[in-house]
Amino acid sequence: MSHMDKIDESGGQMESRADERSSYLRGGIASVVLTVIAVLAVVSDVLPDWAAWTTIAVAGILQAVAQLHWFLHIRLHGQAWEDLQLIFFTILILVLMVGGTIWVMGDLTARMM
Amino acid sequence: MSLTDFIDALTGRMTLEALPFWKMVQNPTPENIVNGAIATGVAAILVLAAIAVLALLTYFRLWRTVWFDWLTTVDHKKIGIMYIVLSFVMMLRGVVEANFMRANQAVGFDGGFLSADHFGELFTTHGTIMIFFVAMPFLSGVINYVLPLQIGARDMSFPVTNAIGLALTASGAMLVMASLLFLPFSIGGWTGYPPFTGKEYSPDVGPNYWIWAVTLSGLGTTLTGINVACTVYKKRCPGMDFWKMPMFVWASVTTAILMIFALPPLTVATAMLALDRYLDFHFFTTDAGGIPMLYANLFWLFGHPEVYILVLPAFGVWSEVFATFSGKTLYAYRTLVWATLSIAVISFLVWVHHFFTMGQSAGMNAVFGIATMLVGVPTGVKIYDWLLTMYRGRVRITTPMVYALGFVMLFVIGGASGILLANPTIDYQVHNSVFLVAHFHNMVIPGTLFGMLGAYSFWFPKAFGFMLDDWWGKLGASLWIVGFMLAFFPLYAVGLLGLPRRSVAYSEAAYTPYTVVAMLGALVVLAALGAMFWQLYVSIRNRDALNVYAGDPWDGRTLEWSISSPPPVYNFAVGPEVFARDAFWEEKRAGHAYQIPDQWEDIELPANSWLAPILFFSSFTLTFGLVWHMWWLVILSLLVVVGALVARSFVIDRERTIPADVVREEHLRWLKAVREAPSAPRELEVAPGNWGRPQSEAGVPE
Amino acid sequence: MSQARHPGLKLGHEHDPGSGEVEALVFGFWIFMMSDLLIFGCVFATYVVMLPQVADGPSAAELFHLRGPLIETTLLLASSVTIGFALLETKHRADKRRTTLWLAVTFLLGAGFLFSSTHSLLGHLENGAGPSRSAFLSAYWLLVPLHALHVAIGCLWIAVAAAQVRIRGFDWVTTGGLLRLSIYWHFLDIVWIGILSVVYLGAMI
Repeated sequence: MSHMDKIDESGGQMESRADERSSYLRGGIASVVLTVIAVLAVVSDVLPDWAAWTTIAVAGILQAVAQLHWFLHIRLHGQAWEDLQLIFFTILILVLMVGGTIWVMGDLTARMM
Repeated sequence: MSLTDFIDALTGRMTLEALPFWKMVQNPTPENIVNGAIATGVAAILVLAAIAVLALLTYFRLWRTVWFDWLTTVDHKKIGIMYIVLSFVMMLRGVVEANFMRANQAVGFDGGFLSADHFGELFTTHGTIMIFFVAMPFLSGVINYVLPLQIGARDMSFPVTNAIGLALTASGAMLVMASLLFLPFSIGGWTGYPPFTGKEYSPDVGPNYWIWAVTLSGLGTTLTGINVACTVYKKRCPGMDFWKMPMFVWASVTTAILMIFALPPLTVATAMLALDRYLDFHFFTTDAGGIPMLYANLFWLFGHPEVYILVLPAFGVWSEVFATFSGKTLYAYRTLVWATLSIAVISFLVWVHHFFTMGQSAGMNAVFGIATMLVGVPTGVKIYDWLLTMYRGRVRITTPMVYALGFVMLFVIGGASGILLANPTIDYQVHNSVFLVAHFHNMVIPGTLFGMLGAYSFWFPKAFGFMLDDWWGKLGASLWIVGFMLAFFPLYAVGLLGLPRRSVAYSEAAYTPYTVVAMLGALVVLAALGAMFWQLYVSIRNRDALNVYAGDPWDGRTLEWSISSPPPVYNFAVGPEVFARDAFWEEKRAGHAYQIPDQWEDIELPANSWLAPILFFSSFTLTFGLVWHMWWLVILSLLVVVGALVARSFVIDRERTIPADVVREEHLRWLKAVREAPSAPRELEVAPGNWGRPQSEAGVPE
Repeated sequence: MSQARHPGLKLGHEHDPGSGEVEALVFGFWIFMMSDLLIFGCVFATYVVMLPQVADGPSAAELFHLRGPLIETTLLLASSVTIGFALLETKHRADKRRTTLWLAVTFLLGAGFLFSSTHSLLGHLENGAGPSRSAFLSAYWLLVPLHALHVAIGCLWIAVAAAQVRIRGFDWVTTGGLLRLSIYWHFLDIVWIGILSVVYLGAMI
């Protein structure tokens, strides 16, 4: 049974099993709800394009955050600063690369027309 | 299945034409004979060298040593040394190739002696080798060797992964070497731009070699980056908070972060090119909606941060060298740290300047031009910090310092030409000319290469326990500086006159004087390399007189100088604790250096692993099979790779323990040697008589 | 829980002999995942750039339906929850049987995802919408199979991890491995959100 027991003995700050189980369930439910919202925004065909895109984007980002929070247990507090540095830096670079590529290639395509 | 089918499946797309002499034999025109003779000669030298190495290993019964002490080792110090050896071997090839190209251009008025394809292979392999298999392994090697010592750690966070990183890099290098025996390599330049490298315009296997060699190097580099970053975050010794890390550690971790985040676009770009070539995808083709420009965009998303991956470790080296040989603490340490971090972030904001002329709007070019010029600010800050570190210091001119001074002067010139090129209007005039070739060589030779050679001269005594001969070292450094200036300053001029880069021939007689001078410069660089190899030979011969077992030949400032040379396998007999940035210097100043520890403990080190050598061979056969479409070899190698990884996950990590008694005995013997070593004044620093025990200037007010 | 140094799934305490190594392993693995995330980022950017490049072939709107992707979403989301349960059994009970059971469920859900995904990809191929048809389809055939390849590797990993738990029990190597596996698996679900939104939902607009 090894060191798993020791953790709980010495810890105490560990979340209980029931808490953690409900965390996964909450994450699952949140994901389902957000997916349904995004799907409805598209298939209902009542929203203008820009609103549908915005809804999908917001629902997608919220779902990613929800999974980071409830599945991967990433919190803004009580976490070593260096780990959040890593995640934030990744997001920064991701935005630069993806956004930059779409900007540059969009500009080039527009001028090719 | 008939015999022919079987042989076809066995050899894939390889035929006799892959042999370097085949074309010359089949069709003996003068041009084919000249080019075939050169290619065959080089291939023969390679084969003979390989046979000689194998024969010597067998003759001296070194196979056990090679396997147990080197190939399966996970010791960061040995891995670092192997990286640097790999780098020197590849550097020799790269410099020889440069000499061929310079010689061809010197007589290139109305046609040189090389064929266009041969010339194309030369500039492609030269660029690919120098970036991916000289500069990258060299800096990985230096970081590997020095970083754990500087942060007071016993090894990297993931020793086996570390060995795998080296294995993948080395197998990529071997793939490039294999292209000397089984032609052809790509002629598409080190950037490999499609559609030219797509299968429509390059149906031969050349670009395959390039794709897989670069991919292997990229994977290895990513693993190294993860390892270095994790090591710096998790393995610093007690007391070493971020603001007490030596500048080289800051440079290394910043480089590692760039490696982790800059390599993905390269991996994606080369993977997409491979899909185009192998599976008839249409990312970069001229038909079916492909966009070749997307490749340039992705490649330079990697390529620009890559430039800083190359130069930041060198900046770290300079920071150590200037401080050590000025006997002063680094000027404006925090500013240097912020400058390093700024450069890292800005490096992700400037990639478009590599294709100002591709057709995007002027406004976009202006944005990226300005961002590019911004890089000059933190870099300028660094230059001033190093100059002010020397100011009023007792500066000692040693070999690393010769490189450092050459660097400061030449790098500023290269930076200035970079600011010129950052202006899109000027770039439109000189892009794709040898002005650009002069510029980027002006950055990577004085910047990266001098930095690495300086690091080699600086830390060699630490790694091997004896000094490198100073006279030959200074000669080598001077030849590098002079050779560089002769080889590349003329290219600025002839570039402005209009000579396009990568020209096998030109039709303007006025270019010839410049190309002749540049050729002489390339010869001087070759001589510099010769001087360095001779220096190594002379130093090994005189190693007893040059011995610095006591470990501190340069009156050093950081932890790596506080242990013996070469360091014991466990690095530190007792884990150090630091209280200051120049940790060892402060200990010497306070008179606390070389204390006998109170207690000794068993030291556990990771055991050797066979995973890295297996991945080395199987990743080579895998990619070689891919290059030549030998699918049986690909499948076989893939099975070995996956099998080895899965099998390894079931192996319980063994550690070998070094008993406290052994540690104690070794450490006390070293401390005794330190006490007995005559303490050398700084005037004797580079002469035989420096025993690694300085009359430290730490007590002298700065 | 503020004691744990690595982000994500909390396993242990510093007093634990293996936890220093686990911590470094998990941190290193996070860095690796971030690097992998950037690979996906570049592929997503490629997909968006290539969207109009249909070369008179089928476009996203003509090609994609929501049924398959929604089934795949459900399977992957469920598997994200079940791998969490597997970890709970490891962490709170050190129960080999229940851990491997939940891992098996996760494996089956992953296999179901792969089955559905392969089914729809083969369907596209039969309809002449293979990767060679247009640059847009090349990008689609890079993005979606790349994710599926990750899931396939994940399934192999689950099998290996389950075997390790059975053979070795819960030492710091296997528990560290399970931790990294679950991070990897959750990460695939997050990437899938992007694929569902950008590729399939985007095609419906």
